[in-house]
Amino acid sequence: METTIVGKGLPKFDAWPKVKGNIIYADDYSLPGMLYAKVLRSKYPAANILAIDTARAQALPGVHAVLTSADVPRNNLRAKFGQSTDIGAQFEGLYRVLAEKKVRFAGEAIALVAADTEKLAEAALELIDVTYEQLPGVFDPVAALEPGAYCVGDTDTNVVSRFKIRKGDVEAAFQTADVIVENTYRVPYSDHAYLEPESGVAWIDENEVITLRVSTQVIEHFRTIAEVLGLPHNRVRVIGTWVGGGFGGKEDITVESFLALLTWKTRRPVKLTYTREESLVAHGKRHPFQIKHKLGATKDGRLVAAETELIADSGAYIYLSPWVLLYATVNGVGPYNIPNVKIDTVAVLTNNPFSSAFRGFGAVQPNFAYESQIDEVARQLGIDPLTIRQKNCLQQGDELATGVVYDRHVGLSEAAEKAWQALGPKRENTDKNIKIGHGLAIGMMSYGRLTFLHDTSRSYVKIELDGSVLIRCGIPDLGAGQAQALCQIVGEELGVPQERIMIYISDTALTPLAGTSTATRQLYMSGNATLKAVREVKDRLLDKAAMLLGVERDNLRLHNEQIYDKTAPEKQLKLQAVVGRCSADGDEMYSEAQFNAPFTDVPISEMITGHTFADFTFGAYAVAVAVDVETGAVTLEKVVACYDVGRSINILNVEGQIEGGGVTSIGYALTENLVVEQGCLKSHSFAEYLLPTAADVPDIETILIESGSGIGPYGAKGVGEPSGNAMAPAITNAICDAVGARVTQLPATAERVLFTMLSQD
Amino acid sequence: MLNAKQEIAIKVLVNGAELKSTVAAESTLLDFLRQQSGIVDVKCGCNKGDCGTCTVVYEGQTVKSCLVLAASANNKEVWTLKGLEDDPLMKKLQASFVRHGAVQCGFCIPGMLVSSRGCLMRNPQPSRSEIREAISGNLCRCTGYQKIVAAVWAVATETPNEGA
Repeated sequence: METTIVGKGLPKFDAWPKVKGNIIYADDYSLPGMLYAKVLRSKYPAANILAIDTARAQALPGVHAVLTSADVPRNNLRAKFGQSTDIGAQFEGLYRVLAEKKVRFAGEAIALVAADTEKLAEAALELIDVTYEQLPGVFDPVAALEPGAYCVGDTDTNVVSRFKIRKGDVEAAFQTADVIVENTYRVPYSDHAYLEPESGVAWIDENEVITLRVSTQVIEHFRTIAEVLGLPHNRVRVIGTWVGGGFGGKEDITVESFLALLTWKTRRPVKLTYTREESLVAHGKRHPFQIKHKLGATKDGRLVAAETELIADSGAYIYLSPWVLLYATVNGVGPYNIPNVKIDTVAVLTNNPFSSAFRGFGAVQPNFAYESQIDEVARQLGIDPLTIRQKNCLQQGDELATGVVYDRHVGLSEAAEKAWQALGPKRENTDKNIKIGHGLAIGMMSYGRLTFLHDTSRSYVKIELDGSVLIRCGIPDLGAGQAQALCQIVGEELGVPQERIMIYISDTALTPLAGTSTATRQLYMSGNATLKAVREVKDRLLDKAAMLLGVERDNLRLHNEQIYDKTAPEKQLKLQAVVGRCSADGDEMYSEAQFNAPFTDVPISEMITGHTFADFTFGAYAVAVAVDVETGAVTLEKVVACYDVGRSINILNVEGQIEGGGVTSIGYALTENLVVEQGCLKSHSFAEYLLPTAADVPDIETILIESGSGIGPYGAKGVGEPSGNAMAPAITNAICDAVGARVTQLPATAERVLFTMLSQD
Repeated sequence: MLNAKQEIAIKVLVNGAELKSTVAAESTLLDFLRQQSGIVDVKCGCNKGDCGTCTVVYEGQTVKSCLVLAASANNKEVWTLKGLEDDPLMKKLQASFVRHGAVQCGFCIPGMLVSSRGCLMRNPQPSRSEIREAISGNLCRCTGYQKIVAAVWAVATETPNEGA
């Protein structure tokens, strides 16, 4: 389909306000009479709370509320995490607002304070006396699985979930293999490190509605907040701000319940903004995984069997662990056509920081393992990295390990080839202390939520009487251009320039609920909902125009606020005129539409078969590294990304997702080391937790494949999360190519690379 | 040890206007700007000098305002992003950031723009790696820096003699 607006790299709706400094982020907002909140957090990772005495804090002048779990109407909920359908206990988890009886992790919230100033609130925290009885705790997920292990929660097991996939007969197949590679991989925690810490302001409006203006990926948490307070759902309103980065870290509730409780108790506006140190302690992390992986192939490089066992550290609370584990299970052996597969996964509670959503959501961790493994197989067989992948990677019509036949286009082979070729030959190198290596890795990841979550989205489109256009959609915009994509879709369909379109987003009271800005679902879900709404309006508009012009409706085109007959362009009307006629005849030009993703049943056993996702995005990274053989330091010299994005709605935003996702994964691969010792976080700042800076990364060359095969609007696929997949193993594969050392644990710091080299000599 | 209640009267020229206030001894210039003066285009991402979101022009230098004590800013001159909106170089940078898609969540952008302007003021014709070095004190988690570098580079190459 030819388009005039869709696909173009137009400036985002929010770009100018952002460069002018006009966006009012969550913490930028204040109200008269506003109080400041602070949170008291546990010193210990595992302890009984014997007593909490808040008397001294309450007595401090200027302190207006000190709350503990006893003050929370409903402190323990079976949380659905923003989900509206019933998904069964195995995919829900305990959401506990404030610690009661037993503390499960260092940093767990115990008490809340609201005071006239931040300093007073901080001072009040010091005056809350908590009597703890320390407990042994358990900090290693493997130990937590053993019989008799310390139990993190209130049940007699630390197991959160187990899943498995079985296909063929791996034991028999390994007998036929000429080469078998077996390794154990470890991937660490990572922090989202959005630059805007968690923040919000809450107040009670004139109708007694608890109103929160908050930085969140999920405004639908209003329901959980209402349940915490024991209020009807329609008495809590969440207004989402333009989010200063999310990446999954603002998917779970952050400050919302605390703010709601404090404003409800004090009847005053309250602000709560985490410090960076608190942000690092308070929100969920990417799950660390230990991954055993065994891969067998015949001499000709054909994969015959894969067996993998994944253990995920859920930390102290369940949160989204079952969902993440399910993603990891389905992605366990990657986008390869392997006839015999055995996958076993388990998520385990420990007294470590809790794990939950992070861009890549269970797809990124096994990707590191399976892409390292296939590289090792290739190395042992003397086959080049591209050939072995092209020989084995998923093709249209192949069967995934879950038994699903993937019948859409698969851009993997093409993506791998384009990325690898664009990398070019190795550069000349005369420094004997430097070794150059090239690495390739591919990946797949779903876009859209798990299909048994029965995902839906809604959007509203209206043409005003003057021909300008209004969109209302409860879509939180995290900076990825979520709002802009909807504007381009509407502009395309109506032939209206972008400056004539206004969009309102992310408000549970005023915008139709569009679901979460997570799971790379918004372009797919809300894009389709918006497309449906605008086409419904357009249909009625064209009917009227055809009648007024006396021409064939199918010949009508919309461009530049005109409706004209393509066979006789002189027959035209102003969009505004047609809208006016419709309105005069009682037909208002608006529509609210709902888009439903395909629905499947909730898995009832550990065995995962059939459809779990609506579609996947495929891509590849090729990188060149220089490794200093004396220090182990790795310099990334060149990066090429190639992704089949289906169709780009805004090319700059698509490239931006890939570049940003790629660099986040460069941090995962090389520098980001979140240290947790005996449950206690030791990385308290960005001076310890090292994000890549502009000087640490090279230019990234992004190659887009537009197959048009996606299930989003105009054939688009989601790219936000898949974009980071495959960068880390591409880098470690390049390191191995350079110095022959297989790094099996991330991050590949200089020290780790050097020790790996020395241990393999 | 300082008495926490000890307050110091200061007068700071912010974006061309004289602002007077009393500040605590431990207050930073960032606290003074954001909390006391409502100048919220300056962001607070870490309050430790690690992230660069609070970058301002302080006495002609590109500085992280969380690392400057408010009391020491007495009689000093500060420019934030909003104060520079009529600055020709800043205007070019803003337009270039928009055109190149260099803005995602936008939280790093006020600091990033101030640092980018500082880069081009010091060195009107930087190489791409010099641009990368110059903005390496400003973290961005969204963009991978690619389009930010491209945006600064475009301004540098379009107007080689401007910005001094």
